[in-house]
Amino acid sequence: MSISSGKTISGAVQALTFSRRATVIGGLQAGIGVLLAGRMAYISVAENERYQLLSESNRVNLTLVPPRRGWLIDRNGKPIANNKTDFRVDLIPDRMRDKEKTVATLAELLSLNQEEIDRINKELEQASSFQPVQVATGLDWESFAAVSVRLPDLPGVSPRQGFSRFYPTGAAVGHLVGYVGIASAEDYKENPDPILVTPGYKIGKDGLEKTFEDHLQGKPGAKRVEVTARGKIVRELDSRPDIPGKPMQMTLDIDLQEYAARRLGPESGSVVVMDCETGDILTMTSMPSFDPNSFSDGIGQTEYGMLRDDDHVPLRDKSLKGLFPPGSTIKPMVGLAFLEAGLSPDETVNCNGGLRVGNRRFRCWNRRGHGRVDMAKGIYQSCDVYFYHFAQRIGMNPIALMANRLGLGQEFPLPVTNQFYGTVPDPQWKMKKFDRPWQAFDTVNATIGQGYMLANPLQLAVMSARIATGKKMMPHLLLDGKRKPVETLNIDPEHMAYIHEAMSQVVNGAGTARRARLPLDDVKMAGKTGTAQVVNLDFGRGGSDVAWKFRDHGLFVCFAPVDNPRYAAAVVVEHGGGSGAAYPVARDVLTFLYDREKAMNILTDLEKGWGGTISERMDKKLTAYRAKVAIEKAIAEGRITQEGAVAAGEIPDTEMGQ
Amino acid sequence: MASFGFVVLYSAAGGSLTPWAGLHMVRFLVFLGMAIVFSRLKENFWKTIAFPVYIVVVIMLLGVELIGAVGGGSQRWLNLGFIRIQPSELMKPAIILAVARFYDLLPAGQIRTWGAIWPLLVLLAFPCALILLQPDLGTTITVLAGAMTVAFLAGLPMRLFVGGAAAVAVIAPLAYFFGLEEYQQRRVTTFLNPENDPLGAGYHISQSKIAIGSGGIFGKGFLNGTQSHLDYLPEGHTDFVFATMAEEWGLMGGVAVLFGFFLLFRWGLGVAMKAKTRFSQLVAAGLSTTIFFYVAINLMMVMGLAPVVGIPLPFLSHGGSSMMTIMICIGILMAIDRHPGRRGGTFG
Repeated sequence: MSISSGKTISGAVQALTFSRRATVIGGLQAGIGVLLAGRMAYISVAENERYQLLSESNRVNLTLVPPRRGWLIDRNGKPIANNKTDFRVDLIPDRMRDKEKTVATLAELLSLNQEEIDRINKELEQASSFQPVQVATGLDWESFAAVSVRLPDLPGVSPRQGFSRFYPTGAAVGHLVGYVGIASAEDYKENPDPILVTPGYKIGKDGLEKTFEDHLQGKPGAKRVEVTARGKIVRELDSRPDIPGKPMQMTLDIDLQEYAARRLGPESGSVVVMDCETGDILTMTSMPSFDPNSFSDGIGQTEYGMLRDDDHVPLRDKSLKGLFPPGSTIKPMVGLAFLEAGLSPDETVNCNGGLRVGNRRFRCWNRRGHGRVDMAKGIYQSCDVYFYHFAQRIGMNPIALMANRLGLGQEFPLPVTNQFYGTVPDPQWKMKKFDRPWQAFDTVNATIGQGYMLANPLQLAVMSARIATGKKMMPHLLLDGKRKPVETLNIDPEHMAYIHEAMSQVVNGAGTARRARLPLDDVKMAGKTGTAQVVNLDFGRGGSDVAWKFRDHGLFVCFAPVDNPRYAAAVVVEHGGGSGAAYPVARDVLTFLYDREKAMNILTDLEKGWGGTISERMDKKLTAYRAKVAIEKAIAEGRITQEGAVAAGEIPDTEMGQ
Repeated sequence: MASFGFVVLYSAAGGSLTPWAGLHMVRFLVFLGMAIVFSRLKENFWKTIAFPVYIVVVIMLLGVELIGAVGGGSQRWLNLGFIRIQPSELMKPAIILAVARFYDLLPAGQIRTWGAIWPLLVLLAFPCALILLQPDLGTTITVLAGAMTVAFLAGLPMRLFVGGAAAVAVIAPLAYFFGLEEYQQRRVTTFLNPENDPLGAGYHISQSKIAIGSGGIFGKGFLNGTQSHLDYLPEGHTDFVFATMAEEWGLMGGVAVLFGFFLLFRWGLGVAMKAKTRFSQLVAAGLSTTIFFYVAINLMMVMGLAPVVGIPLPFLSHGGSSMMTIMICIGILMAIDRHPGRRGGTFG
């Protein structure tokens, strides 16, 4: 069966066909050879540059080295925030393959507890793919090495030796200094700088760390390393060291700051101390606080929960954002207003324990009455009736004016994230705010620092510094040469002298804070107590016999030495039960400025009674809180009953804590 | 050529004889000895063993299938105890011998009849089916192409080939859209545009092109290839050995290798042209074309002109079976070169 024209094909024809077709094949092969050579020339010559670039970007891995943050130092050069060398491990989510297994391996290698594992898993879920998730910091060399050698099996794990922020005084500077943390996704969106997502790079999140971020940041270093396809580093090609951020010198005296924080003890409150010559803030403490070290390391959920649930609000900076009725601490200020309005300090009023204003009787704090009261006695005995009486005669406006001149209701140009400046009420303000006319009882309330009157502890310190000096002292946090000369307040020096003497009587005479007298031979302190009511208690005063949150605030403003003021201070103890909670603190803090040893001895004894230093107490509290959370969880899951837990003594019958 | 392979493998192993370069050289010498032995054998010996060898290799392929089926999972190897061999590799020269022998036996007048075609299809059907089952598309294509070349040279009507090519051109797109599973389609699209999927299947091609392209004209220098030494180039010592070489030796090295192969094929076709008998003509041309397919498909793959199929580069790639195949081919070619035979062949 032929499939072709029937022409006969002989061997000779076949041989011819063969050589013809073999030539065709040879030609085809040569053609393909030329094609290949051409293709190769195209890739290696025409596209050489492009491929060389690709090959380099394969080979070379540029890693940024987070710069060391500039130190924050105090007025004497002691560190407030510095950097410590740190072995740390982070995760880069988008380079991870098996997240679960990787985390499990790390947990085993670094012996992480369940809480930390939960945090890591949660952050892994939330983090964008490029955001590093911190696994652990502050590792010892062994754990760090254990992770490092297993790197080939742990894609996405980044162990690094770097620096982490360290706050030697811990919670004592929490609110003021703030803390640092990993840049958020929003930060990165705003400024897509790769350094922001480099593991170990932190930015200031609050307080001074945030305000001075640009200054403290420094310039990142870079390291070019040769890596294999699996990410193993072969060798370092070159590196550029980081340029650490510049140090910033603050006006603070870190020792005093720490002392004040410790001296507040278990109370919630604030201590602000100012230098009367310069306006330098020597201390601005707010307690209880958080430990910025834990925040900067990525705080555990339980620890955060403890801080959040605490009714002493450790997350709020009470020095700047705590607004308190200043109570009687403003009486010297009101006295100055009276004097300037022409009231003779010798004019008296009879105090029989109260005064009828309109159809309501306003009581003096002393029910039995003070008898005949002049201005000095009105101040050192803190007679309310004296101020009720004369304030109505003088009117609110001169008082409000003086309050503003002395710093109340003012916001100061400070490098802080936020200040709540409170209220100095006057008739216009009330009309605007409540659309109601000013009443006599408003004046009466305001004049003893109650009612609408609100101030933060810094303002109270400024007020006492201005009263102490007669100058318009401005608070400063940054210790630099650029200061404007301090303006005078233009208050009659005679008025000042009168008020100073009255305030000295508070402490050194027949006043309300005789126990506040400094335990020093040559230094006398002048001050003014304040007890601010929180709620109108029908059953009596808000002393220590009522629930914590109904107790009166205790306040004290002071300056020393009386004759030539050098330091001014304000102490506020939230719900302290009265000024008696505040002035001992002020006394000891001022003592510290003159005689550290004496002050420390007092503190050591007190701390024994409180159950240790700040960090010891915080640790205990955290342990207790952990246990409580664990038991609550167990009860919720039905593993044990509430009654059983109480009976076993594992949780107290009432709420834990205070 | 093999020495150059040795040098390249030496570099691929990071400047060390182990694990590749030393073994490569030893194997080459062993197989070279084998080829020299082969070259002493006369044409008649090859004629005699053509069909038996073919049958033995088919049985071995069957054996691979059976062992694979019993042992679970596919495999390509046959472990003979002392040596592990890949029968599909052996099939390449075996099919050439068998097909050449068939056309040698076929009377000249029948070359344009059905009688010239169906035995070819039968000869191809068994090995191709078995190798496809492994599955090993690359080898299947090489075996097919080798046999088709012999058939073409034997003088089958031209229009069969033209028609076949046309049919493939029509069927291929249809097969792509209707016959292939999605993952297979993806493999094809990846080949067409490897940069789309740089971390997945296109990785091989991209990295290979980066290696070749970054080599430039003169290369990065011996032992300085970063793509291969830092493991970016996959299979840098086997299938992608050309990229390893090109990265370090550049276009110059590449052209040298191509020129070397050019000389080899010229010699191979020269042997075929000079051969006096029809069998030796067909065998010589078929074998050199088989080697050519290795080279062409491998280089096209490495340069991103063909999809990734596991075909090594003769002499340079590390691997025993392919080296053995190549050296068998060379041995037989040498035998034909040595004994060109009587003009006119068996029919006169």
